[in-house]
Amino acid sequence: MRRILSVLLENEPGALSRVVGLFSQRGYNIDSLTVAPTEDATLSRMTLTTQSDDLTIEKITKQLHKLIDVVKVTDLTDGLHIERELMLVKVKASGDARAEVKRVVDIFRGQIIDVGSASYVIQLAGVSAKLDAFIEALGETAVLEVVRSGVSGIMRGERALRA
Amino acid sequence: MELLSGGEATIRALRDSGVRYLWGYPGGAALHIYDALFRQDDVKHILMRHEQGATHAADGYARATGEVGAVLVTSGPGATNAITGIATAYMDSIPLVVISGQVPQEKIGGDAFQETDMIGVSRPIVKHSFMIRRAEDVAETIAKAFYIARSGRPGPVVVDIPKDVTDPNYKVPYRYPDKIRIRSYQPSTKGHSGQIRRAVKVLLEARRPVIYAGGGIILGNAADQLTRLARQLNFPVTNTLMGLGGYPGSDRQFVGMLGMHGTFEANTAMHHADVILAVGVRFDDRVTNTPDRFCPGAQIIHIDVDPSSISKNVPADIPIVGACDAVLDEMIEQIETAGERPDPAALAEWWQQIDEWRRRHGLYTAPRHEPSVGTLIKPQDAVRALYKVTAGKAYITSDVGQHQMFAAQYYLFDKPRQWFNSGGLGTMGYGLPAAMGVQMAFPGADVACVTGEGSIQMCIQELSACTQHQLPVKIINLNNQALGMVKQWQDMQYGSRYSQILYEDSLPDFVKLAEAYGHVGLRVEHIDELEDKLRECFSYKDRVVFVDIQVDPHEHVYPMHVSPGSMRDLWLSKTERT
Repeated sequence: MRRILSVLLENEPGALSRVVGLFSQRGYNIDSLTVAPTEDATLSRMTLTTQSDDLTIEKITKQLHKLIDVVKVTDLTDGLHIERELMLVKVKASGDARAEVKRVVDIFRGQIIDVGSASYVIQLAGVSAKLDAFIEALGETAVLEVVRSGVSGIMRGERALRA
Repeated sequence: MELLSGGEATIRALRDSGVRYLWGYPGGAALHIYDALFRQDDVKHILMRHEQGATHAADGYARATGEVGAVLVTSGPGATNAITGIATAYMDSIPLVVISGQVPQEKIGGDAFQETDMIGVSRPIVKHSFMIRRAEDVAETIAKAFYIARSGRPGPVVVDIPKDVTDPNYKVPYRYPDKIRIRSYQPSTKGHSGQIRRAVKVLLEARRPVIYAGGGIILGNAADQLTRLARQLNFPVTNTLMGLGGYPGSDRQFVGMLGMHGTFEANTAMHHADVILAVGVRFDDRVTNTPDRFCPGAQIIHIDVDPSSISKNVPADIPIVGACDAVLDEMIEQIETAGERPDPAALAEWWQQIDEWRRRHGLYTAPRHEPSVGTLIKPQDAVRALYKVTAGKAYITSDVGQHQMFAAQYYLFDKPRQWFNSGGLGTMGYGLPAAMGVQMAFPGADVACVTGEGSIQMCIQELSACTQHQLPVKIINLNNQALGMVKQWQDMQYGSRYSQILYEDSLPDFVKLAEAYGHVGLRVEHIDELEDKLRECFSYKDRVVFVDIQVDPHEHVYPMHVSPGSMRDLWLSKTERT
């Protein structure tokens, strides 16, 4: 099943490559990965999605813990959590299509953040399925480019992943 | 506070980390460090002939002493040559710190002369690695590297140092940290008492138990505890290839090595066991045979310091994460306190069964090879003669192949840190340089490298370093004129199509070769002279002796797992299987 792992790791050069290397070395797959520094500049927060069964996710978690740079690992899918992904889409938009695209963007609560003479850049945030649905809803509109951030996730409530 | 350059601080920090011997090879990016080395006497450098030899020798020294082995190499080819040795240490969890020179920081990424991304190249085969970017960080980083290498599940750590960091003209205050704290690294030591209690209950109820103990017993200095527990419970003990010596090899309760080339009694007992106490092992594929047919009726208790080893290949029923010595101590104490013992009648029956297996197909009671015919020497007999001549007391290193298995099967190791081989990676070329490390650890002791004409040629250049550093190791070359283990597999699985295993009369005259390096060379061709020549070999206390023993070129190693299959599925000879 689909899992979302949150990893807190030392903000050191090479730390990211150790995590990514671990996945390829051990034959685990990564569907998406986001990483950036946290409010504590010495730490980075990584969110990683993977398709794995219970046994494999346990192995992945143990192997991640074993990396010296990894401070904490949690499987967000074990509990209540929120996940979001940001998408930027560039579409062809001229003539009648301009209004049509605008309507679809409004329905999905997206924003048009760049308007060209024959194109729009649309920004949309949400769970990955919603982003997929939006692409589908664009229908015959010519999509020029799609950029997705990968999933970021956080636990609901007061529990927090901290060093 | 004393002011030192980065280069000086490197050597000083090695000293302060407890390093007495540094194995290495100089080169451009490491020259500032080598100059600092020249100007002190605390750390003795041993110049090898190849960086692979340096890492293996440091590895042998580490296995022999339990200390961290230290290596110094230069950037580029120096670093990449060290890789095989680092991978060898990684697979066997051996503590090493490998310092590699690097091109100056302003040149990194520019494809400079002798530049290699050592951090990147070594990443999958190190426990951790560091690149030092400021002279101010040298002491603390090296201290951390040693702490990480030796604690928890040990392993190799690479420290890459760009040349500008070691600049002799830039001096900074030197301070070696008293204590190392790494927030993301706290290896567990004690085991969970509740889990240990559950395990003890299962052990006390066992009727057909086996203790399956591996390299973790040796690395974790838990051989005494293992022996005490086994005696307390009267359980049979088997060791993995890496664990040999972790339990006395000549003891009645020892059923021999298990696994692909383990004894019939060890493999069969494992298969029929109802409880397996696995200590410091990793359920390697060379042990389990096909994992889903592994020990079908057994409850598995697994003690290991590394949580990621538990349930990795075979699920554990009672996992215990902790250092082997501490966990076994607590087990022994709990059993003592409980005042209980397993059912003696059930154990007596189990022992009777094991003894019956021993009688039937045991390696030592009913040798698994045909006797030497005429004057031809069986490789097994060569190892048995070595065992006899050295009274079982020599330190034995080995390379990889048939000779390695014969040594593991027929030399009975009674104490830990007596047997050294590349069990995990299976590195041909390990034996000779490792023997040098062992000899450095035990000056005056008999150290022998049991090897073959294939493996020995992979690091034979170190015969020269033996001369220079007066390391009188003995080389026992089981020369079967072919890459024997490959040949065995080609016999068994490829219709004896001998693809690329023969040398076509190109083997060197090993006696003359040894002599060329200033050593003693002996050739043994007849069974009648075997023991005498081995005695002669060990009579040269201060000389390297190369004994080239011509052995039966057609011999196979048995038992051997039939694969796929369970542990009890074994070839017992070329024609006989269970």
